[in-house]
Amino acid sequence: MRNIGIIFKKQIKDTFKNKTVLIQFVMFPAMTLIMEHCINIPDMPEFFFTKLFAIMYMGMAPLTSVASIIAEEKEKNTLRVLMMANVKPWEYLMGVGLYVWTLCMAGAGVMATGIPAENTPFFLTVMAAGFAVSIVMGACIGIFSANQMVATSLFMPVMLVLSFTPLLALFNDKIEKVAGIFYTQQLRLLLNQMSFDGIKTETVLVVVVNAALAIGLFFAAFRKKGLE
Amino acid sequence: MIRAKRICKSFGTKEVLSGIDMDIGDGKIFGLLGPSGAGKTTLIKIITGQLACDKGEIAVFGKDVAELTGADKKQIGIMMDDHGVYERLSCSDNLKIFADIYSVPHSRISEALAQVGLTGSAKKPAMKLSKGMRARLRLARVLMISPKILFLDEPTSGLDPMTMKYIHKLIIEHKNKGCTIFLTTHNMEEATALCDEVALLNEGKIVERGAPDQICRRYNHQKKINLHLTTGEDVELAHESASAREIEKLMELGKIETIHSSEPTLETVFIELTGRRFETDEEARYA
Repeated sequence: MRNIGIIFKKQIKDTFKNKTVLIQFVMFPAMTLIMEHCINIPDMPEFFFTKLFAIMYMGMAPLTSVASIIAEEKEKNTLRVLMMANVKPWEYLMGVGLYVWTLCMAGAGVMATGIPAENTPFFLTVMAAGFAVSIVMGACIGIFSANQMVATSLFMPVMLVLSFTPLLALFNDKIEKVAGIFYTQQLRLLLNQMSFDGIKTETVLVVVVNAALAIGLFFAAFRKKGLE
Repeated sequence: MIRAKRICKSFGTKEVLSGIDMDIGDGKIFGLLGPSGAGKTTLIKIITGQLACDKGEIAVFGKDVAELTGADKKQIGIMMDDHGVYERLSCSDNLKIFADIYSVPHSRISEALAQVGLTGSAKKPAMKLSKGMRARLRLARVLMISPKILFLDEPTSGLDPMTMKYIHKLIIEHKNKGCTIFLTTHNMEEATALCDEVALLNEGKIVERGAPDQICRRYNHQKKINLHLTTGEDVELAHESASAREIEKLMELGKIETIHSSEPTLETVFIELTGRRFETDEEARYA
């Protein structure tokens, strides 16, 4: 547990010096606040930008940051130093995962300032679930990548699919049907309802299957590559 | 402290280590010498449990390497040639991470930085350090934990002579504190200056071992004395009593500029044993 805290602290320190990672955590919450306050189109659904950017945030930030962090540590050979200092792989992954999840939740908290207070717990629960699945997916990519370049080429298509299909689904029925298999689309539908009462079995099932697939892939990648 | 018996390791069909034996006592500096690709780093990785061997037994602190506990591992410092530092973090933040992991008091951070001469760069991000300073930071990282065993893989490779001397001084200081040091190098002078015992590794086999001066004496077949005279002439004399009279005569005439006996160096011993010379990683890369 101590080592998880140490990794968490290290990442926090590093974040303030790593603008490329920092911007991923800040960009969507900042854009949400700006757009919600500045743009007002007649007949636009309520909290349109909050819901839209929330899904993009969920599909992008945790996935790319976790994959980049792990890949960078592998590339620079600092991960090996940690492993030789008797930091267990699971401690390292938990530390990084918790750090990304915490920062993303802080960002989601900022986004939630625009919605009514009674909807905040629901919004944050949905975001928390989405971030968790994306973090596991990012960890799969990070484990599988030998360096940052490989990680970028792997997470780019995954990130685009996860974060943009829910957006494209707004304009195209066929894409909407396909997008339904992704947790990001299902969570977008949930955010549209903004209520625990409206949760459908199908939604839960898709999210659970996505999460199970991500976890399965994670263990397969870890077994094959480890953290070396 | 470290004992290895008949260590064998192959990667695919290539046998990298073949029947390596070694026994390193407490507080000694052991040097593993060999050209690039001889298997030095592989052996360190096997001894430190980063890599499994195909055959053989390794004991560290009297225990099988696979049975080392977390507490045992925390008494081992490893500085590999390719180990990185956290580029964006300052030198002291880099050390702070490992001080926390090893439960070392934070006061040791400034001490370790002072030891390697990086006090003035404590707040500097690692990315702004020169290659030599970075090597010293990596060394500070392992010295800070005051390990009982220290593995140093090419600690001075590619460094300037000043940094090299500085690192040698630190290594000797730690040896004097009772630390056992396992050093790999292809720098013969370094090995001769630092090591109590060396093993020459070639193509996965130890071809010779012993104290550096003992090895050199063992292979002193020529037993010649080389003189360089003030006239510019080079004279080679046999290592025998008759030569003494001749040297005395030349000395009286003030004709001798330099005088050397012809003991072989570790490098010439290696060449004699293997027919190849040591080459640095850089040389191997560009060969």
